Amino acid sequence: MPERIRHAPLDLEKVKPATAEIHLIKDECKGCGYCIEYCPKKVLEESDEINARGVHPPRVVDESKCIICSFCSAVCPDFAIFVVEKKDKEGK
Amino acid sequence: MPRVKSGLTGAHFMNGDVACAEGAIAAGCRFFAGYPITPATEIAEHLSQRMPEFGGIYVQMEDEIASLAAVIGASYSGLKAMTATSGPGFSLMQENIGLAVMTEAPCVIVDVMRGGPSTGQPTLPGQQDVMQAKWGSHGDYGIIALTPSSVQEMFDLTVEAFNLSEAYRVPTLLMGDEIVGHMWEKVVIPSADKIRIVNRKKPTMPREEYMPFKPDDDLVPPMACFGEGYRFHATGLTHDEHGYPRTSSSEVQSKLVRRLCDKIQKNADKIVRVEDVMLEDADVVVVAYGIVARAALSAIRKAREKGIKAGLLRLITLWPFPEQRVAKVAKRAKAIVVPEMNCGQMVREVERVAKETPVVFLSKLGEEPHTPLEILEAIRRTK
Amino acid sequence: MVQETVQVVVHPFSKYLRADMMPHIWCQGCGNGVLLNCFVHALDELQTDLDKLVVVSGIGCIGRAAGYMNADSFHTTHGRALAFATGVKLANPELEVVVISGDGDLFAIGGNHFIHAARRNIGIKVLCANNLNYGMTGGQQGPTTPLESVTTTSPYGNIEHPFNLVHLAAASGATYVARWTSLHVRRLTQSMKKMLQKEGFCFIEMLSPCPEIYGRYNKMRSGLEMMSWFKSASVVESFSDPSKADIMPERIVVGEFVDIEKLSYEKMLHEKISKINEKAIEGVS
Repeated sequence: MPERIRHAPLDLEKVKPATAEIHLIKDECKGCGYCIEYCPKKVLEESDEINARGVHPPRVVDESKCIICSFCSAVCPDFAIFVVEKKDKEGK
Repeated sequence: MPRVKSGLTGAHFMNGDVACAEGAIAAGCRFFAGYPITPATEIAEHLSQRMPEFGGIYVQMEDEIASLAAVIGASYSGLKAMTATSGPGFSLMQENIGLAVMTEAPCVIVDVMRGGPSTGQPTLPGQQDVMQAKWGSHGDYGIIALTPSSVQEMFDLTVEAFNLSEAYRVPTLLMGDEIVGHMWEKVVIPSADKIRIVNRKKPTMPREEYMPFKPDDDLVPPMACFGEGYRFHATGLTHDEHGYPRTSSSEVQSKLVRRLCDKIQKNADKIVRVEDVMLEDADVVVVAYGIVARAALSAIRKAREKGIKAGLLRLITLWPFPEQRVAKVAKRAKAIVVPEMNCGQMVREVERVAKETPVVFLSKLGEEPHTPLEILEAIRRTK
Repeated sequence: MVQETVQVVVHPFSKYLRADMMPHIWCQGCGNGVLLNCFVHALDELQTDLDKLVVVSGIGCIGRAAGYMNADSFHTTHGRALAFATGVKLANPELEVVVISGDGDLFAIGGNHFIHAARRNIGIKVLCANNLNYGMTGGQQGPTTPLESVTTTSPYGNIEHPFNLVHLAAASGATYVARWTSLHVRRLTQSMKKMLQKEGFCFIEMLSPCPEIYGRYNKMRSGLEMMSWFKSASVVESFSDPSKADIMPERIVVGEFVDIEKLSYEKMLHEKISKINEKAIEGVS
């Protein structure tokens, strides 16, 4: 295997990659586990708390790893999770 | 048929089915979905030609169940809609009649009755579906059914059926029979401005406040249609005034079902129509409807010639049953004769209402309705 | 009046749903919720005018979907959604009429209406949640139940060959036919978008987990197990032969099967009506 030469993106100083804001509507979750299982970055895991429906809703492990693919939001049968881009102080 | 101008008016010679079709057009019907069945096929055939002339829609569906479903859909899209069938198709439509009642969809269903049960005698008359008109679908509900006895009435009562269905948001049945449907008589069609048309009540409140099944004082809710921005829900499940399913509440079930029955029952005095002939001093009253009433009319005239004080109460509305009119007649008369082309259907209602007054039932099945002489004989025997 | 600054988390798709009807009645992991989510997502991307949308549903768990959508909606008798929708569409062709129903409602009792609606090519869009049984009534076998599946009415294993829905739809004349599973959410949304912009009768089948009933009887006790079946068995093929796309335990062909242009029934009908109407009016003067 040839050694790969890795460079950081040349405009890293100027462009800020989007950061995620994961919203969980905990009491809507029915604990199906789809978002946890199919997140490509394993950002979610089952939490220990019990919601109003008596199930364990997901918990965000590391929001910084989220790439805002929104698969969790698309596959959720209960409209219990969605992801938005975090707005900085200027609202960008 | 020669090429016709829009808005047929004047005197015409036509058969009952065609008169019914023209009546629908005159009433503003612009959607017909049907399936061929003897003896109602001519209604579909005539409308397949006439509807497009008026910008209306004719569609032949795959069966009667689909026909009535499409009619209800078109009604909810804002059009006056109709279907026509006979006994076997009428049986198929019963579930969707229940849907039309439950969702309060205005529509007209024509049943040109033939010999039953089952496939029966497709080309011969009958009056065997009249009880089915009231009780055919499962559940408790109120419905309106009219019976024409002439080709003129096939026109007039179709218009009336549309008006009633729009006024009360209920499927209205036109119970014709093969003879009235296939015979040819003179029909006088008034000009469009002289024909009384009733349209469904539309909501007057802002969209956010609209509740599709909240009745006004007359027990009828105003009706919004698809595409008007009201975004309402309608379902065949028991529902509240918002239209949302409420399948666990006894209170909601009771309120809704009773209103659907009361809507017709409590407005019966405005709906019911009968025709009185020589009833003022009648000892013997013939209560008849449909084609049989024509023979009955001749019979009472013959009876009068013979000195018998006979009269005719012709039922135009079968349902809601004209209880008060029949009860009034029963009080004064010494006997009632009910000729029907079945084994005893409307006669049960007459007996129920007539109480102590003796009721004689005259049954006839097959190709001919009762002859005037047969009815006259029955009248004589009551003396 | 005291103003409370309470952070109420509102899902961005809330405006497509009737707030007073939510949350829905569907079970944990039920694919119906995923179907609804994808559909709403498609509407959002297309910015569909909700005032012109009519959602018609049949009877079944999926039939409740009409009640949850914030649009004109109608919940019909079992199997008759397509016939009802035909009346709606013909009476007002400007409306976007979408039928959301299930495998039993559309293909058992509703089978006749399905083939004729497809044959006529009426511009109705059909979303079928295929959960391989009759879920609402407790899990009876249906026209798409796989062979040897255990259901409440096939306790010894189902011996009826199931329908191949995409083959049936294609053979009946649909202009757009696709099949996805509830795992393929992105592709499903894209298919729905395509369907909503297409003329004629369109059909999308979504294989849907029914974990509480079908899954439990057939060794897939959770939605995750059924989804993992979808993941391992599904094969995305583009415009393959639908007649060879039967659903097998080891192979589920998903993808688009048909995408053709064909004049829709309502277009043909209304063109004819205009011509005849004009001629009739001219005849008067």
